[in-house]
Amino acid sequence: MTQYLVLIYENEQSWADADESTYGRIHAEHNSFGEKNGASLRGGNALESTMTATSLRRNSSGEIVATDGPFAETKEALGGYYVIEADDLDAALAVAKQVPAHFGGVEVRPIREMN
Amino acid sequence: MRITRDFDAAEECVQDAFAKALASWGQQGIPVNPGAWLTTVARRRAIDLGRRHDVAIRSQRLLVTDATMPERDPSSAIEDDRLRLIFTCCHPSLATDTQVALALRMLCGLSTVEVAKAFLVKESAMAARLTRAKKKISIARIPYRVPERSELRTRIDAVLLVIHLLFTTGHTSPVGEELSQVDLVERSLDLARMLHGLLPDDGEVAGLLALILLTDSRRGARISAEGEFLALADQDRSTWHRDSIDEGLALVGEALRRGRPGPFTLMAAIAAVHSSAPHWDETDWGEIVGLYDLLIATWPSPVVALNRAVALSFAEGPGVGLRALDDLGAEPQLSAYPYLAAARANCLVRLDRLEEARDAFAEAAMLTENVVERAYLHSRIEELNDTLGAEPGLGLL
Repeated sequence: MTQYLVLIYENEQSWADADESTYGRIHAEHNSFGEKNGASLRGGNALESTMTATSLRRNSSGEIVATDGPFAETKEALGGYYVIEADDLDAALAVAKQVPAHFGGVEVRPIREMN
Repeated sequence: MRITRDFDAAEECVQDAFAKALASWGQQGIPVNPGAWLTTVARRRAIDLGRRHDVAIRSQRLLVTDATMPERDPSSAIEDDRLRLIFTCCHPSLATDTQVALALRMLCGLSTVEVAKAFLVKESAMAARLTRAKKKISIARIPYRVPERSELRTRIDAVLLVIHLLFTTGHTSPVGEELSQVDLVERSLDLARMLHGLLPDDGEVAGLLALILLTDSRRGARISAEGEFLALADQDRSTWHRDSIDEGLALVGEALRRGRPGPFTLMAAIAAVHSSAPHWDETDWGEIVGLYDLLIATWPSPVVALNRAVALSFAEGPGVGLRALDDLGAEPQLSAYPYLAAARANCLVRLDRLEEARDAFAEAAMLTENVVERAYLHSRIEELNDTLGAEPGLGLL
């Protein structure tokens, strides 16, 4: 079994523009996704918007400097994640396909095994 | 009877761009502006063809003398292994180029050097790409098995695209002493045949096998005794390979009977119309236009629309064709596409509007980035200059 991180990338503006009933519907979809895939799920969370993000980078003098905003400015930003466990990539993709991501999509990455 | 030469060249590049589009869109989703994307790919493809020509002979030698091709084993276990392997190589989580490279290396048994030559990259670069791919297969655990039935339909598409790309890489090649990389063609045929043997009920698998058989049946007729490229209109049809045609036609019929045809079946059906015509003049262009209509419905693209317009010019006359082409001229996606100008030029020649034809050829020559194509277009301009100079108003036909 391998663990995979399913990163949910979505357009934040679309999220911001959505109405209450859309939020409610998507929330319900996540719940039903969780119920349906409980056997594969090892964790997951939604993130606050990139507006709340702080990035830390080393500058040219080697000092760590904090800046406002996400690490990479993109239209579709990381908005949440799931950790799933699956036999192989196809099995992982079959679960990841069910993740509600109406304003974007998901990226599936194997989690490195540390011995 | 030389008017169709550009059409043939255009159609081949279009098929390529189309195949690439299918491959990439299947993986990355349809781009915001598919037409522009197709145009870009077709142009890049034209550049590729020009480059490939330079190394075609070298590649050819290496490909042909390859000794590592695994022996065809009749036992079904081996066949199943190969089928599993092709699904691994053609997994959508691998880039299309990588899928083709892996298929060449793993399924066709080419060495890394040979795969590098086929892609016109350095051996070290290809070795790194193959290593990365194998690493991804291992770390992400891309499975080594035939996908489940629910997934099979979409996964077969990727496999078909890779086989088709192998075929077009081998088949499409600009004018020259060696017109095609026969070995790649035969390997793609072999893979398509194997896939058809294992999935005999799949219409698109039959369609692809038919497309390869029908297109390849003309292999020997595509080049003149003088080594010159011969367009469909100029080929000696008695030299077409009859067995391949018969097999291809039977497969097209079989695929069409399976219901709603996919793009490979439709392309094969278009090839079948040509194969069924005893002579160019007897080509059923109305049928071809109808098939292009279906193809556009399956895969809307201005490039397919361009091919349809050219077919229309033969079905209903160059005036009708020219109007359809001019309608496409309004498509911003096609504005820098040399085959649109070349197709217009051919219609204008047939309408005896030679000065406009010359301008259109000049436009096409300016737009193409392929040296071989440009040389050919310039020769057409020269011909028109001669005609216009010596006997103004006299048509080329």
